Amino acid sequence: MPQSQQSKRSIGWLGLHRGHKARPLEWVTEKFIFLVSLSVIVTVFLIFVFVLREALPIFLGTANSSAVRPVIPPDQLDELSPERLASYLGLSKKEVAETDRETLQLLMELKVEAAAEAPDDKDAKVNTTGWRYILFPYQWTGYDKARFIWQPISQIPKYNIIPLLVGSLKVTLVSLLFAVPLALGAAVYVSQLAPPKWKEVIKPAIELLSGIPSVVLGFFALVVMASFLQWLFGYESRLNAFVAGAALGLAIIPVVFSIAEDALTSVPQSYIQAALALGSTRWQAAWKIVLPAALPGVFAAVVLGFGRAVGETMIVLMASGNASIMSWDVFDSTRTITATIAAELAEAVFGGHHYGILFMIGTLLFVVTFVSNLAGGFVMQHLKGRLEGKK
Amino acid sequence: MTKRFQRHKFDYVSFFCTGLTGAATFLILAILAVILCNVVFHGWSSFSWRFLTGGTERDMFSVENAGILPMIVGTAVRVILMTIFVVPIGVITAIYLTEYAHSTSFFTRIIRGAVNNLAGVPSIVFGLFGLGFFISFVGQNIDAALHISEPLWGKPALIWASLTLAVMTLPVVIIATEESLKAIPSGLREASLALGATKLETILKIVLPQALPGILTGTILAVGRAAGEVAPILFTGAAYYMAHLPKSLTDQFMDMGYHVFILSTQSPNIEQTRPILYATVLALLLLTFALNIVAVLVRTRMRANMRALQ
Repeated sequence: MPQSQQSKRSIGWLGLHRGHKARPLEWVTEKFIFLVSLSVIVTVFLIFVFVLREALPIFLGTANSSAVRPVIPPDQLDELSPERLASYLGLSKKEVAETDRETLQLLMELKVEAAAEAPDDKDAKVNTTGWRYILFPYQWTGYDKARFIWQPISQIPKYNIIPLLVGSLKVTLVSLLFAVPLALGAAVYVSQLAPPKWKEVIKPAIELLSGIPSVVLGFFALVVMASFLQWLFGYESRLNAFVAGAALGLAIIPVVFSIAEDALTSVPQSYIQAALALGSTRWQAAWKIVLPAALPGVFAAVVLGFGRAVGETMIVLMASGNASIMSWDVFDSTRTITATIAAELAEAVFGGHHYGILFMIGTLLFVVTFVSNLAGGFVMQHLKGRLEGKK
Repeated sequence: MTKRFQRHKFDYVSFFCTGLTGAATFLILAILAVILCNVVFHGWSSFSWRFLTGGTERDMFSVENAGILPMIVGTAVRVILMTIFVVPIGVITAIYLTEYAHSTSFFTRIIRGAVNNLAGVPSIVFGLFGLGFFISFVGQNIDAALHISEPLWGKPALIWASLTLAVMTLPVVIIATEESLKAIPSGLREASLALGATKLETILKIVLPQALPGILTGTILAVGRAAGEVAPILFTGAAYYMAHLPKSLTDQFMDMGYHVFILSTQSPNIEQTRPILYATVLALLLLTFALNIVAVLVRTRMRANMRALQ
């Protein structure tokens, strides 16, 4: 093994020992290679930091989306500090410093006019980016009861993310119900039951499925599957969580298959041979010996498939219908977290509250997939260590 | 007496369950076949040399003049740029993990964990990262430092899309390179070291040439993955329509995957534009499949070579 070549004869500061004087280049290169390899850690860290950075105003509660805010009379311009003025006018400090006094005065008068024209119901004063409005139902003017509503493009933006969470969950569950039995069945068949010659054909073919870009699966769901499934089940809206879930299932079948197959194959052959020698059929050996031994790996496959399904974007964007309705019915048009980000970020005002909210749900998505990956990876590593130890 | 040693009673449960798992396998293969046949069958009629090399000067939704050259060029350029960024970093990281690091050290475990997690981050989050980091942090600071008043770097651009994709495909390159480095028999390294070569010389002259097919496989797989991805480039560089090909790193570009998305969701007449939609999908599928198949072939040959060495 490469590791064994590194003797531990003298380890000084930063691995500096006698040899480095003779070969400074070796030492420098080794440190350089080490630094470059740290870039992976830095990248994961940067992703988290910079997605979170744009969402910070929402997490800290400093964003304000209310249509009506307290107005400062224009003649008080000189009394305001530059910071206060900048936040009041929605400009950066540099822009305030560069703008002349008359323009600032004009901008403040415009604020007064805007406040006079703003709708004067109770909703207009509400800062809809508060957690109370993001997570819990609220009775908006004109509605008969408290509801979960995601309506970012309206006079009073409503940012309740529960319909999106439900949408994501619905689509993901449909896709798992569709993909997991098929993928696990195929994994058991390919790793335990199929003739070896078929194995060499089937495995690359299923891996080919993972080579299909998700936009192509989305296109296929939109153009072919949607009409076919509607004809088959006769539901009302053509694009819905069911179609999106079925198409998403196609995307996660290769993921679940290859991890489960890997786990099943890593069960030592001696287990199977022992079972066969005792007179069991191949299926009995697979079901009673191999599957229980590899169960954590099968579980990891499902968890990693879940992570992939929650994060998939193009398929759900194209096939789910994109209506943010609060409903648990899988045959209703649905909007997921990922599709919302993809569809709305281009329209959101840069740095505004809508922008912040979209990054906030992006952060949630990152955390959810991070945790499921960590859990899946941990289980898989543990299992392999255990099985290899037993060999 | 002899009867007891005759063959077992036929086990119907085993037969049925084996059939069931086999059926699941063949259902997956059948769906794959249906997708491919559907695309080839409908896409073939509009798929021509003129379609592949035509521009979109007049109207990108017109069936007669349709051409996808700008999208092919855009996709190719962003993927090539991505390769330039991702391959050196990915290969060096893999070299560290297999040649230098102790497999149980703290940093190694963290790096491996980071690689695995990076592989599972949703593609749309990479898009958000590209927008939040490359465009609104790096790009806008470049603009500020160079005193450019019109946003030049601080807006969606070819380079930011490529960098975002490079971050996304980093784990693919690392994992494939690591696999090929591990497959090299340690006897080769030991022989080189025994002849007086230093560690660096051994890596550069013995290990890397042997690992080249593996690095190539990783690169091709990364390219295949990146070529079809749309979500990371939605906000970082892909353009709905551009009259000219991208001329510099700060230009936006048209993209094949994004074009499929536009044609299937925003076409003014979906029935009429269906032929060009299918033909574009066919072109995209041919590209990604060709890359994947080449990767598999290179890998198979590499494994055979390694077996011969051992």
